[in-house]
Amino acid sequence: MLLEQRREKVEEILSHYPQKRAALMPMLYEAQEVYGYLTEEAIREVAAILELDPTEVYSVSEFYSLYYHKPTGKYIIRFCTDMPCALVGAEHAYQQLLNLLGLKNGETSADGLFTVEHCVCLAACATAPVLQVNRQFFENMTEAKMRELLETLRTSGLPEDGPVMKFQPRTADTPTGF
Amino acid sequence: MEQLYLICRHREVPNLHQYETYIQKEQGYQALQQVLKLSRDEVIDIVKASGLRGRGGAGFPTGLKWSFMPKNVQGPVYLVINCAEGEPGTFGNHEIIENNPHQLIEGIIIGCYAIGATAAYIYHRGEFKYGAEMMQRAVDEAYKQGWLGKKVGGREDVSLDIYLHPEASAYICGEETAQLNSIEGYLGQPRLKPPFPAQSGLWKRPTTVNNVETLAHVPAIIRNGPAWFRQWGTEKSPGTRVYCVSGHVMRPGNYELPMNVTARELIFEHAGGIWKGRGLKGFIPGGVSAPILTNDHLDLPLDYDSLAGAGSMGGSGGVIVMDDQTDMAWLAKKMVDFYSHESCGKCSPCREGTWWQKNLLDRMMTGLARSGDVEMLEMVSEQMAGTCFCPLGESSQMVVLGAMKYFRSDFERYGQGKAYDGVIPMSAIEHH
Repeated sequence: MLLEQRREKVEEILSHYPQKRAALMPMLYEAQEVYGYLTEEAIREVAAILELDPTEVYSVSEFYSLYYHKPTGKYIIRFCTDMPCALVGAEHAYQQLLNLLGLKNGETSADGLFTVEHCVCLAACATAPVLQVNRQFFENMTEAKMRELLETLRTSGLPEDGPVMKFQPRTADTPTGF
Repeated sequence: MEQLYLICRHREVPNLHQYETYIQKEQGYQALQQVLKLSRDEVIDIVKASGLRGRGGAGFPTGLKWSFMPKNVQGPVYLVINCAEGEPGTFGNHEIIENNPHQLIEGIIIGCYAIGATAAYIYHRGEFKYGAEMMQRAVDEAYKQGWLGKKVGGREDVSLDIYLHPEASAYICGEETAQLNSIEGYLGQPRLKPPFPAQSGLWKRPTTVNNVETLAHVPAIIRNGPAWFRQWGTEKSPGTRVYCVSGHVMRPGNYELPMNVTARELIFEHAGGIWKGRGLKGFIPGGVSAPILTNDHLDLPLDYDSLAGAGSMGGSGGVIVMDDQTDMAWLAKKMVDFYSHESCGKCSPCREGTWWQKNLLDRMMTGLARSGDVEMLEMVSEQMAGTCFCPLGESSQMVVLGAMKYFRSDFERYGQGKAYDGVIPMSAIEHH
């Protein structure tokens, strides 16, 4: 399926490396997009393209956090609850997000729209609380902004991506969690 | 002192992500043209004389690192650009790649020329989707303009390719040898050194790994000379650095400042001081792996050597600030959760040590601490010291022992059923 749908991209990735195996990480991203998540079939196809044993492909893919081995929602929300973010109330804000979604950490909504999980540092600590939707950043989150974001995703999908790191001075209504 | 934008040029020059702007407003690619008329050793000498040190963590002199690369080798030589920014509290690269990618790309090409590299891999956080797009655009433009590919800048004998390689969120892959394994398609676990990457790196070929911010400094150093760069900072840590300030300050953000700026000036003047009118309890000066410092250290300049002298380190430049109501046992728990989740599992002291640290701190947070738990936490951490295979496990013990050194009472108040009275941290990420 990967080769059928993205042969050009696959060949381009392979051309970057002197050894096929090195294409494994970018190839897993492609496979994940084509198959939805890393199904057994996806793992087998990647292994075949790279002339590797499927077990090796599986073991590498399990090492990282951004490869999914189970079905996910259309939008994967990853919310940083690491220490610098937690200092300013990210764990509290994450609970608010879970409540808005009616989900527990790691779950996918019944309509197949959202998977939500917390994660470690996203390299955006000064704009905490911060989350990603399908690897696109949303920063300085409040309950109101998260409600609005979910509504936007439900009705019109992801907005256009752009530069982040929009630093904001703290105000009286900065969420604290303490 | 004022902020000084040698790296964050985009804050003074709008639309700097566009090639035309970089050429017209920033003397773009003039440094590379200069370099192509010099020998490799001459380029290395300029960078050595500038005193530029690696901004990624260890602060190793960049020119010296380049000089370790063997000369006159047949076959491929590699430069790997470490853009796997994942040290909690650090977000300088994130801003650079999204807004000023051409300066980085020019620095990469110059670095490749200096070490004789035939290809460069930008190993970037998988999460930097937009940042990667901006870098790819800059790379594509550089190919179009003849700065990449065959005959770089018209030089018949110089050819170079730059490829972006996405990682997929594993902190350990910021360690240079783990990064090489990861690019090769193996588990991102560190390699034994020696051999060092300069002798045997990517696919056993001579390889240098440099940080994004380090390379972005290079073009201006070439254009203006080492003395220009040395007018800022200290003798041993010249130039500016992007300090990333987060935590309990009024104005969190990136602040680019000469490296002799003190912690007091950075935290209280630039970042606006502690929020909610509270006092400062402690600060971490260089990303979470740098041991915590206190009020007594505020007048230290934030250069590599001053911080090392105080028992901490300049590390990644991530300055995390904690107010006087912060529970340092909670802080240790959050950090140990991180290290335990990110431990690659290769060596026992780290894999088992972080697991025990986490269990003990879990007990404290949930009110299940037993008598002797503080001592056991100390013992486990001490047993990790100097025994872990790479800096990840060592960081985990340093964070805990560092916090216990200054704030032991924060740990000792747990026990007899007392639990943490805020949001109890969720244990490490459950899905894997």
